[in-house]
Amino acid sequence: MSTRFQSAVPALALAAALGSALAMGAAPASAAEKGAAQEKCFGIALAGKNDCAAGPGTTCAGTSKVDHQANSWKFVPAGTCTTTPSKTSPSGFGQLAEFKAKPSKAG
Amino acid sequence: MIASASPHREFAAALQVPTLSVPPGLRVGGGYAAERRFAVHRNNFVVGLIDALAESFPVAEALVGPEFFRAMARERVLSDPPRSPVLTDYALDFPDFIAGFAPAAVVPYLADVARIEALRIRAYHAADATPVRDAAYRKLLADPLRLGGATLRLHPACAWFRSRHAAYSIWHAHQGVSDMSEARLALIDVDRPEDVLVTRPELDVVTIPLPVGATLWLDALQDRHTLGEAFQQAHAADSQVDDGALFTLLVQNGLAIALETTTEN
Repeated sequence: MSTRFQSAVPALALAAALGSALAMGAAPASAAEKGAAQEKCFGIALAGKNDCAAGPGTTCAGTSKVDHQANSWKFVPAGTCTTTPSKTSPSGFGQLAEFKAKPSKAG
Repeated sequence: MIASASPHREFAAALQVPTLSVPPGLRVGGGYAAERRFAVHRNNFVVGLIDALAESFPVAEALVGPEFFRAMARERVLSDPPRSPVLTDYALDFPDFIAGFAPAAVVPYLADVARIEALRIRAYHAADATPVRDAAYRKLLADPLRLGGATLRLHPACAWFRSRHAAYSIWHAHQGVSDMSEARLALIDVDRPEDVLVTRPELDVVTIPLPVGATLWLDALQDRHTLGEAFQQAHAADSQVDDGALFTLLVQNGLAIALETTTEN
């Protein structure tokens, strides 16, 4: 078994190829390494575009029923949530926690 | 739900056929005509799904225009309504429908461009996973004999396919333009085949064209063949395969989430 991969690509050539790939650039940094650049923002996701959390009976991501649903959230760059407009939010902007939607206008 | 399946089936069937009257047993209070109320519901059902498909496939819609796209989406909704309550799932099979939709055959690359958009939705909602870090690869470098015998587990968000058309270039030309009708397609040779990869190493979906031999190599890795076997298969199929390019693809896009090596070699 130890020879099965040696015919086409000798082990050392394979290592050299991996070595050059590693030299070209690092693997993607994790979200934590980037310094938590994202925050959960409630009330700004368009219908069906939430990252998670919506009503009972849903399977979470992509299940919000209406635009800016108050209990669905989306990842946004940290610090931008409370300046992102939300039609449902009493403050007029996204919030960092789930909230009660203000009554929507008829129509 | 379980009490009686057939009224549900009758209700669902009536939704799909505009000429069918109100499902039997439907009662509407308040002096409203059942036909009218049901017609409103049927319209909401169909239009809501057409809207969802249009939002999921903005580039495909731009390629054929909203009128054609919505007519095509309507055909799909009426002939193949959702089987899952999750709206995003409904988008994933739409490229297959387009591929079999005769009027769309005049735009032969349409289904593959839609496939990119569907894979991006799939990647967006796929489970999170942590890519293998550089340090783990470096450890294998120190032991080249075990490198060829290693198997990988690929990220759940990653998927790839071969297009007989320039699906990636066409899709890419529509990114970063404020109005998709302004996408510059004139210089694209649409009949040049392209292989495409979609993945999501962290929170951002990545869409890239693949180097020679990559799809075969990824197929082999996905099937749990060793790295050595995967390279062997790729080289056997095409003499232009560049090992360094394939490793770069793997490392830079975080395609592997686990490296497994056998203790013996």
